[in-house]
Amino acid sequence: MQTISTQIWHEEAEPGNPFAAQVARCRGYDVYGEMLGRARWSDMLFLLFSGQRPTTAQAELLESLAVALANPGPRDASVHAAMCGGIGGSTSASCLTAALAIGAGLNGGGREVFLAMENWQLCACDLSRWAIRLAEKPSDVASIWPAAEHPAGFDAHAISTGLPVCQTLAVLAACSPGQRLAWLDAHRLQLEALSGHPLAFSGVAAAALADLDLTPEQGEMLYLLLRLPGAAAHALEQKQISHKSFPFFSLELIDDTNGEKS
Amino acid sequence: MNGPDYLSQKAGKLQTAMGGFFPGSHVVFRGQTLHTDLKDMDWMALYLYGICGRRFSDAEMQLMNALWTYTSYPDARIWNNRVAALSGSARSTGNLGLAAALSISEAHIYGRGNEVQAISFFIATRKRLDTGGNLADCLQDEMKTHRRIAGYGRPLINADERIAPIMAKATALGLDQGRHIQLAFAIERHLLDSGRNLRMNYGAVVSAFGADLELSPEEFYLFMFPSFLAGMPPCFLEARHGVEGSLFPLSCTDIAYQGVGPRRW
Repeated sequence: MQTISTQIWHEEAEPGNPFAAQVARCRGYDVYGEMLGRARWSDMLFLLFSGQRPTTAQAELLESLAVALANPGPRDASVHAAMCGGIGGSTSASCLTAALAIGAGLNGGGREVFLAMENWQLCACDLSRWAIRLAEKPSDVASIWPAAEHPAGFDAHAISTGLPVCQTLAVLAACSPGQRLAWLDAHRLQLEALSGHPLAFSGVAAAALADLDLTPEQGEMLYLLLRLPGAAAHALEQKQISHKSFPFFSLELIDDTNGEKS
Repeated sequence: MNGPDYLSQKAGKLQTAMGGFFPGSHVVFRGQTLHTDLKDMDWMALYLYGICGRRFSDAEMQLMNALWTYTSYPDARIWNNRVAALSGSARSTGNLGLAAALSISEAHIYGRGNEVQAISFFIATRKRLDTGGNLADCLQDEMKTHRRIAGYGRPLINADERIAPIMAKATALGLDQGRHIQLAFAIERHLLDSGRNLRMNYGAVVSAFGADLELSPEEFYLFMFPSFLAGMPPCFLEARHGVEGSLFPLSCTDIAYQGVGPRRW
């Protein structure tokens, strides 16, 4: 018999119905018999991703990170995409799919967090290694992803570090059980000088996810997940508003004969 | 170019050379008016025109059509098709299911992730060979970078039933002697001769033809996006009209748990 293998979830069937579960265990814990009513959302998230129940400090860090990431706001491209779904009356799932797809990229999205977490794996809290890494040319290896156009974790367009970024870094660094957030807080100016860009939310998130001992793949996935609430709320809000109130923007056709190549 | 001043210049408007919609009047599509200049264009030709900004010959269009047709499998077991089918069984919408199934097709071991590496490798290798490089070095370097030769070997079985009909079509159209498709076969021979049982798969063939048609890796990647689509609606429809929730039902014993044993919260 072909089976699906998992180390995460174990169900015991109801008597007489192998397609219904009587008991469901997550990483060994009885979800409905013991966790429910005692565990927090952050406990469950951490348990699913890491396989372990979080310490108090880990849960606190994850809770604070989740609050910081919950709503990138309507100027963010991922939320903008979700609102494009909402304004036209698209399905809820398509609004979230749009937010995920656009929030997946190298400019403030999940892939940027992945790359920034790879940098933490390579450089740890060693400024000389960061200097070498940030001076390297971005990878041009063939991939479905475009080449990075700015250092991962830093802001492509900002001219100074945003106050919310600094506030988030300070709060997360204060509660983190790991070393990276505190080191980032202490060395932010040097890293910004090395990269030529101010720190971004993605950089703070990457350090936090690394401090939670998550892999880049896990961090990318969790970051995608944690930014969805705002996209959902803004999409729902736009569903209630006339499409005439949503920008359509003006069109400037630069050259209407240059599109065709010989 | 970056920074708030640049963003301010870009705010509130779409500056584009690609085209636009003039409500109640006309639509410009890469320098042509859609409803007059392009009104008789075949949809696939238009799709390619949108990507490449150029037109292809009838023979080239027929070949590209065949590349899509020959990989349209209405088999709901295939991972991306299964997503489309599960959306039908779960009574989701067709758009959601098909869009998710196409997204899944951007995979590493098949689909876009495989093809974008393959076409990049063929283009780079052809250039190296033209300037005196040798194939063994190219293959070694590719293995070092990607730990595989994209387009060779296959996840489920080391043979590909699509290659013969694609080559037959290409031969009939006079397009089978391109330098990249010949290189693709030369690589297969080299791998087999060196004891590596890695036969060419669909990804290598289509990528080589993409390079022969002078598509860039990015253009080819976008061209291939709908390639699996035609096989998906049948999977969705059958599941949609079957008993809800009855596609690939999994009992508790179908899940092999390999984690830690029961413990107290």
